[in-house]
This record gives sequence, C-alpha cells and structure tokens, in this order.
Amino acid sequence: MSTMAVPDVAVAQVDEGFWTRTRRIGAVLLALGVLAAVLFGALATDQQARFTLSETEGGAALEINGTIGAILFGVIAAAAGAALMAGVPKRWFTVLLGVGLVAFVLSFLCWQVSAAPEGRNFMPLVNMVRGTFVLALPLIFGALAGVLCERSGVVNVAIEGQLLMGAFSGALFGSLSGSVWVGLVAAAIGGAFISLLLAVFAIRYLVDQVVMGIVLNLLAVGITGFLYERLMQTNAEKYNSAPRFSNWEIPLLKDIPVLGPALFRSNIFLYLGLLLVLVIHIALFRTRWGLRTRAVGEHPTAADTLGVKVLGLRYRNVLLAGVVAGIGGASYTLALYSFTKNMIGGKGFIALAALIFGRWSPTGALLAALFFGFADQLGTYLGAIGSSIPSQFLAMLPYLATMLAVAGLVGRVRAPAADGKPYIKG
Amino acid sequence: MSNPNPASGSPDKDPVSGSPDKDPATEAARAAAGGTDRAATATAPKRPEPTARPSLGRLFLDNLWAANTVTVTVLAVLLAMLVGAVLIIVSDPDVLATYGYITARPADALSASWTVVSEAYANLFKGAIFDPEASGFTAALSPISETLTYTAPLVFTGLSVALAFRGGLFNIGAQGQATIGVVLAALAGFLLPLPPVLHLVVALIAGAAGGAVWGFIPGILKARTGAHEVINTIMLNYVAVYFLSWIIIQNGVQNPGRADAISKPVDSSAQFPRLLGEDLRVHAGILLAVLATWFVAWLLNRSTFGFELRAVGANPDAARTAGISVSKTYVLMMAIAGLLAGLGGSQMVLGSTANALTPLVVAQIGFDGILVALLGRVKPWGVLLAALLFGALQAGGNRMQSYSGISLELVTVLQALIVIFIAAPALVKAIFQLRAARAARLQTSLAKGW
Repeated sequence: MSTMAVPDVAVAQVDEGFWTRTRRIGAVLLALGVLAAVLFGALATDQQARFTLSETEGGAALEINGTIGAILFGVIAAAAGAALMAGVPKRWFTVLLGVGLVAFVLSFLCWQVSAAPEGRNFMPLVNMVRGTFVLALPLIFGALAGVLCERSGVVNVAIEGQLLMGAFSGALFGSLSGSVWVGLVAAAIGGAFISLLLAVFAIRYLVDQVVMGIVLNLLAVGITGFLYERLMQTNAEKYNSAPRFSNWEIPLLKDIPVLGPALFRSNIFLYLGLLLVLVIHIALFRTRWGLRTRAVGEHPTAADTLGVKVLGLRYRNVLLAGVVAGIGGASYTLALYSFTKNMIGGKGFIALAALIFGRWSPTGALLAALFFGFADQLGTYLGAIGSSIPSQFLAMLPYLATMLAVAGLVGRVRAPAADGKPYIKG
Repeated sequence: MSNPNPASGSPDKDPVSGSPDKDPATEAARAAAGGTDRAATATAPKRPEPTARPSLGRLFLDNLWAANTVTVTVLAVLLAMLVGAVLIIVSDPDVLATYGYITARPADALSASWTVVSEAYANLFKGAIFDPEASGFTAALSPISETLTYTAPLVFTGLSVALAFRGGLFNIGAQGQATIGVVLAALAGFLLPLPPVLHLVVALIAGAAGGAVWGFIPGILKARTGAHEVINTIMLNYVAVYFLSWIIIQNGVQNPGRADAISKPVDSSAQFPRLLGEDLRVHAGILLAVLATWFVAWLLNRSTFGFELRAVGANPDAARTAGISVSKTYVLMMAIAGLLAGLGGSQMVLGSTANALTPLVVAQIGFDGILVALLGRVKPWGVLLAALLFGALQAGGNRMQSYSGISLELVTVLQALIVIFIAAPALVKAIFQLRAARAARLQTSLAKGW
C-alpha cells in the first residue's frame, strides 16, 4: 500500500536572477497593456461606451469615449506592468497586479461596448453583477465543500455529484412535501449521502480518493438520471414541482447603488453562501476546530500524537462538505429551475478549479468563483450584443486560468500536505 | 512461468498468478471453466513444497470462495445488480403500491418485484448477448454486434487510462483527448479527398495525433512544472468540449443543410468497413482494439519503455536514482495515452455510431474508460474484458430501455457500482465473508495526493 505522494518533478529554482516571478508577471502585464492600448484602441469606435447603473439603458451611467477608454485603460495596465518590472516593494504586488488586470478587462469592455450595434452599446452593471453572483453561487458552495474536505486531507472530486444529488433530493422532497425547508434539509442530506460514500470508501477502505470521486460523480449522474426518468418525467406534477424560495429584500443595504438591487434583493442562497464563506473562514483560521482540521490536513501523524482524532474529524468534515454542497445544489432546484438530467453540467469541476485557483482558502475560493462567474456572465453578455468574440473561447477562460495557476505561472499553489493520503493509525 | 518483474518494485498487483503479463481474470476463468490443472500450475510456483500439495479439486474449491480477482469481480457485478434491482423496484409506483399491504399479502409484493426486475434483466441479457426468440442470422448476431460496437472505443479509452495508471499518473483527460481526436478524425474524414483505405488511415492518424497532443500538454506540464495531471486533464476536458462546440458551427465544417450544430458527414471512404454485412453495426474498429490491446501489453511488459514506465509508476524517486528520466517518461506516457484515447474518439465518427460531429458525439467514453481501466485491474487484457462487459451492459441497456421502459441511466448506475465494489475489495470480502486469497494481497489502488 503506497500512500506516499509522488513529489513534484520540477526542482525549485534557487537563484532566479534578474527575471524573478514578479518581473516576469510584470512583463506579461506590460505586453498585455500595450496590446490592449494598440489593438483594442484601434478596433474600438468613437461611440460612447456606457456602463449604466441600472438594469436598462436609461438612468445614470458611467460613460467614456470608446477609443479613448480602450487606450487609457490599456496604458494603465501597461503602467502597472512596468511598475512591477521596475521592482516595487513586495506589498504592492497584489494591488498592482489587480489594477493591471482590471484595467485590461475594462479596456476590452470599452472596445466591445463601443463597437456594439446602436441601441445595444451599453452595459447594465446591475445585470452584470447579479449575473456574476448567480452563476458563481453553485461554485461558491461547491468550492467551500472542497475547502472543508481538502483542508482535512480528503480530496473531493465528487463535488459535482454532491451538487447534483443535493439538487435532485431538494427537488424531489420539496415537491413531495410542498415545503421549501423540507426540500432544503433533504438537499443537505442528499449531498451528505454522496459524502458519506466518499468518506467511508476513502477513510475506511482506503480507496484512491480521486478515483472514488470520479466514480461517485458517475453514480450520482446515474441515480438521479434514472429516478428522474422514472419518476419526474412521468409525473412532474407530483415529483418535480418544488416550491421556490422567494427573494428577500434586506432593508438599507438594498438601496446601495448597483450592489443593492444586484445582491440584496436576492434569495436565501446568496446570503447563505456569502455567510458561509465568512463563517468557514473564521472557523478555519480562528477556532480550535479549524486548527485541528488544518493540522489533520497537513500532518495527521502529528495531530494524532497530540490527541486529535484524525479519522473522526475527517469523517465529520467530509459529511459537512456534503451538506454545504447539497445546499448549493438546492440553489438551483429550490430557487431557479426544476430538476433536469445532469443539470449541474460540470459546475462541480469548475468549483474544484475555483478551490485550487483560490488556493484552498474560503475567501480565495469566493474570489475565484466570482471570477469564473464573471467570465461566464461576460460570455452571455457578449453573445447578446453580437460580439465577434466566440463565446466558447470565453467559456474556456476559467479552465485555462486554472491550468496557468497550477503550472505556477500566476503563483505557486500548494495543496494541504496530506491531501489525498489516507491515514492509517499506528 | 517466470516472473519478468523482479525486484524493480513494479506495480504488480496480480493476486492469482505470479505473471503480470497474463491477465489473471482470463487465466483464472479458464481454470475455473476448463478444469483444475491450470489453477494448479498457476499457483504451483507460489508454494515452497510441491510435495505437500492438496488435491486439485480441493485447491479449486478453496480458491472459489476466496477473495481473488474473479470471485470479487463476479460478486461485485452481482451486488451492483442487486442495488440496481432495488432502484427498479422503488422507482416503479405500481410495484411500490403492493408494498403498502405487504403484511397482508406478501406474495403480491414479491411477485410484482420479481416480475419487473427479472423482465428488465432478461432484456438486458437479450440485448447484450443472445435473444433465444430471435430468428435468422442477422437477428441472432445482432446483440453481439451491438456489444462489440460499444466495446471498441471503450477499449481504447480504457487502455489510455490504464497505461497512465501503471506509470503513476491518473489520466482523467481521456474524455478530452477523445474529443480532440474525434474532431481531427472527422475533419480529415470530410475535408480531404482521398481514396478509400488511405482515407481511413489518414483520418485515424489525424485523430491519434490530436489525442496525443491533448495528452502531451498535461504530461509536459507535469514534467516541467509539477502541475498535477488530474487538475490539468479535467480542465483540458472542458477546453476540448468548448473547442468542439465552436468548431462544429464554423463555415466549411457545419452541415450546410442544417441549422443545428452538426458537421458535414464523414466520407464513406474514411469509414471502418463493417464486418458482418451492412445490417449489423459491428465494424473493423474492434479488430483494431484487439491489436491495440496487444500492443499496449507488449509495450508495458516487454519493451524498455514499459519497464521504465512501471518503474516510474512504482517509485519515481527510485526510478530517477536508477537513471531513468522521469520527466521524459511522463511526457511520452501521457502522449501515448492521449494517442490511444484519440483513436477511441475517432471511432465515434469513423465507426457506425455516428458519421458527423455533434456536441455529444463522444458520449461518455472517456469517463467510462476510467471505470473500464479500474475494472480491468489496469492490465491490458483485463481492460479488453472489462470493456466487453461495459459494452454488453450498454447494448443490453438499450434494449432494456425500449422493451422494459427502464431508463438507460440504470446502466450508468450499475457500472459505477461495479467499480465501487471492485475498488474496495475489502468491502466485498466483508459482505460475503470470503476467505483471504492465497498469496494475494487485496490491493486497493494507489492513493496519492494532489
């Protein structure tokens, strides 16, 4: 029984010379900025690029001339890149990188919006923000499920299956009982069911966790697809008409421009998702449970020596992850759509990507999920304004970004040390 | 029967015999079917004192209920079908209604359950292997033909996953490699004007090359940067899917007569010849699959590269110390794995399943290939047998769906369950109280982190 991880093949570079990681990223950013200023500037038209603060064309808007905007933001991105290359203090790295990337995206948007046909050359920011969060929501729940699992040393590739099972049992039991709350609890249990299988086979029977995750995904697709065809398709009235959570408006917050209508007139799942990010972040880094979880994920033997029950904690965290992912699945069936076969459609794997991109931390996962959600929403938007950029290439963006991240081009990502290794006591 | 797998620490998990190049399932199956002497020869070198050997019949019975590969596999299939039966029963409202009064009339519930389950599984069998009511040559061979048609691409993706497994990498990307393979094979199939045989060969090469490139990327990333192949192959799967859905709707690719996302059909000169006449779907792809199995078996067990691959899979550090280039092995291994998956994908348009690209043209062959590889115990000939079982389930599932109205998804459930039970032999062993197999370690697959 080999439980040893295959160490990375690449040997860490000791002396990087002039081309440090910061400088290399700066150079890339500089090139991107120049490209944006020249190419996007040339392609953009002289129309105004309008970013309206509402859901429609009317109302207050941020406006900029298309060509000027594309060039201006391109220059800003290039400047940020140049600053990184010049060797600014390390604490400015994240800020400059962020500014550079945002400016690049803005330059791109100035081009796209100004080049859109008359009548559609505006971008409703409320819709963009809301769409980003709606599309990111299952990713947030899924990635949090991944955080809980993997921080305690169990690889969770079964996020897809957990989301799907949650969505299915939420729809089924929500319909049967006619209550959203019963549906919500059932969804949590459904997600936990897949988690339970993962936990038992990974922890008790020492099956390779990645293998188990893949197989469980297929199992979840099979079971839900089978029962969907047998029950829900034949009698949708009875089995697939779950009640839905209505939108709750939060007083005061809902009046914030853009963010208010986009976020604070939403359903329970968005609030729950954001709350969970906060709770899990605090729990993981500020509580005894969190310390133990991280210890078990990094060095189970040491944790065991100090009296932490490694396997018990792993069981508990994996089950908890299932509950979180199950609720994430219900954010589809108890708020937006009725259940359809394989309705998660790969979101679980993007959640996995978000988890890795976010470096196994709850806040990182949130940001990564939002980035992926934004890319998704941008694809929809560009399709709507008849952009020349194929939406399929935008849809590839999250996956390519994740590959760049794990290849160490955007910064080294490192999994918890004991992630995926079963712990055998003694 | 010597063991060509000495102290190199190769991942030889063979529980029945000492020979890694023979598939234990076939060997033991032959032993079980054709008498006991083969079982004796297979196990004989394991025992220190041949003089003390018990009778052959005794040996056979001992092994029958021990946790060896064949017994565990058969029991895993049975367990999976049992769970499948439960699913059929609980999802049938009429049968479920009889359980409402089970205490009053238990016979009703039992007979209703038996009827629905036995009918479903009978159709599964008839669709996959043989239909006793069929009359005529074509009808009698049709189930086998269907089974073989579904088997062929699974052999390739299964081999792809198995090969990478033996080298210590988990190739979840067979799906993406097959997708790129199918795209290039189809493009070569309808864009190039070539004579019949040459056209098929060129299309296959194009598909293989596409898959190889898609396998090479995670391989080189693993070798150069240490980026985990599981993550990269998953990501590349999706990139491939989006690429497929993009290329279908391009001018010159999309079928001009259609508004939906479907490409032009592949020229008939680039299609596999059918083996048993035009009415039966089985095509020469299955022969290519057997050839590929033989090639991978040779590559793994008889070639220098195969030795290096297995050494790297068993312990990369030791392999590096021994002078094997781990990076080179990873890259080459993933490229070959991608090549195999690309060939498997090519069959989806060059065979008889479809002749044009659609967004779902690859179906699930890449993911099924993972299951096939695990079920085949990551040995080439085992993969072939496992692919046969999965092909049979698929073919039978089609009939079960149309005759008994049981959703094809049940097959997915059965396949996943079989592999779950296989992956955890300790569970099967515990459920059936099996004896520990002689000279066999019940090995779960290698567990490793990100």
